[in-house]
Amino acid sequence: MNQIQRLGRATIDTLERLGRATLFLLRVLRATRTLTGRFRLVVQQVYSVGVMTLVIVLVSGLFVGFVLGLQGYNTLVRYGAESSLGLLVALSLTRELGPVVTALLFAGRAGSALAAEIGLMKTTEQLAGMEMMAVDPMERIVAPRFVAGVIAMPLLAAIFSVVGVFGGYLVGVGLMGVDGGLFWSQMRSGVGIYNDVLGGVVKSVVFGVIVTWIAVFEGYDAQPTAEGVGRATTRTVVTSSLAVLGLDFIMTALMMRGL
Amino acid sequence: MAQSKVLEVAVGLFVIAGIAALATLALKISNLHSIGPSRGYDVKAYFNDIGGLKSEAPVTMAGVRIGHVASIYFDKKRYQAVTVLHIQAKYNTIPVDTSASILTQGLLGEQYVSLSPGGSTQYLKNGSKITMTQSAMVLEQVIGQFLFHKAAEGEQQQPQSPGAPGLPAAPATP
Repeated sequence: MNQIQRLGRATIDTLERLGRATLFLLRVLRATRTLTGRFRLVVQQVYSVGVMTLVIVLVSGLFVGFVLGLQGYNTLVRYGAESSLGLLVALSLTRELGPVVTALLFAGRAGSALAAEIGLMKTTEQLAGMEMMAVDPMERIVAPRFVAGVIAMPLLAAIFSVVGVFGGYLVGVGLMGVDGGLFWSQMRSGVGIYNDVLGGVVKSVVFGVIVTWIAVFEGYDAQPTAEGVGRATTRTVVTSSLAVLGLDFIMTALMMRGL
Repeated sequence: MAQSKVLEVAVGLFVIAGIAALATLALKISNLHSIGPSRGYDVKAYFNDIGGLKSEAPVTMAGVRIGHVASIYFDKKRYQAVTVLHIQAKYNTIPVDTSASILTQGLLGEQYVSLSPGGSTQYLKNGSKITMTQSAMVLEQVIGQFLFHKAAEGEQQQPQSPGAPGLPAAPATP
């Protein structure tokens, strides 16, 4: 009986949390309307969310491209199809790795920082202080961060993909001796603008919304203690990583069916 | 103030880099021709068998890409595959008696449509039909024909070969 009660309580807690998160998202979306006159706030957040994440995205993209080039070459050369290396690298990056790996890095680098920042503001009662001064923390703190995350994520994913293709080119053509012209022409004939590039962009926008939403919600919903902020940060990274991977599967399945 | 200027420049550069990356993805890495209604005209070609041809496959003439396969469907009256070939507007002097064939790049490569010009002075235009076509080479059929041919050859040679009974026949030299 105790076990059943515990299961029921866990379910109710989860649902309640989900409901709170949804209501929170609606409030954030409503607060974004007030940003039109205060775009400077968003610019500041794009800096801390996007520009600060750029370095890790660039380095990871380059190395993912290197590895794809090496691995792809070793597999393809067995079938004498090493000229398709460019296609393999570009398709893997634009469709899957670009959006997904960028979202995971984004959750780790920017999401955790967002959650910790907002959580600490709540703990030190800065949010309450703002409300006292009739400044809505939703409009002033949360909405700019949310919009900045949604703007930054697709840009980061695109940069990741391009750098990755470049990395694959360096390894494939520079190191392994694949023909450079074939690398690009195979890539260009095989990668479609709608299915592959646009699909990847749609994915990265969705991931941007999901990761930033989870981050700001966890921060805003954190227990106002040092431990609570820590837990919110951890939960942001874990939840958003799982959400990204799960949603990626669903979106890939939907896009593949649409082909 | 100087601080915020640096910040804004950094954000500006970041946004430019991101948009440049998106543009690179669209223009350099993918085949942009499929975006929007590109100028050109559509020609229908009827094939008995298209093998593994897919839409977006190149349409070439003398090896030069002049368009792509826009769509493929089955004509239930003629029992044939219809391929809609989208040809770029600048190639508007293709004779009406042009023939189309489905070829393969390399032994196992991608399949594409190759057009061979005829001698007519009238040119293909939007909605024209190409009925002189050569179907795709299906590897299984070719191998089957080859084996059948070999078997028939062997039967013909059987009575002529003076192989003693019990001994394996000498391999026929082509």
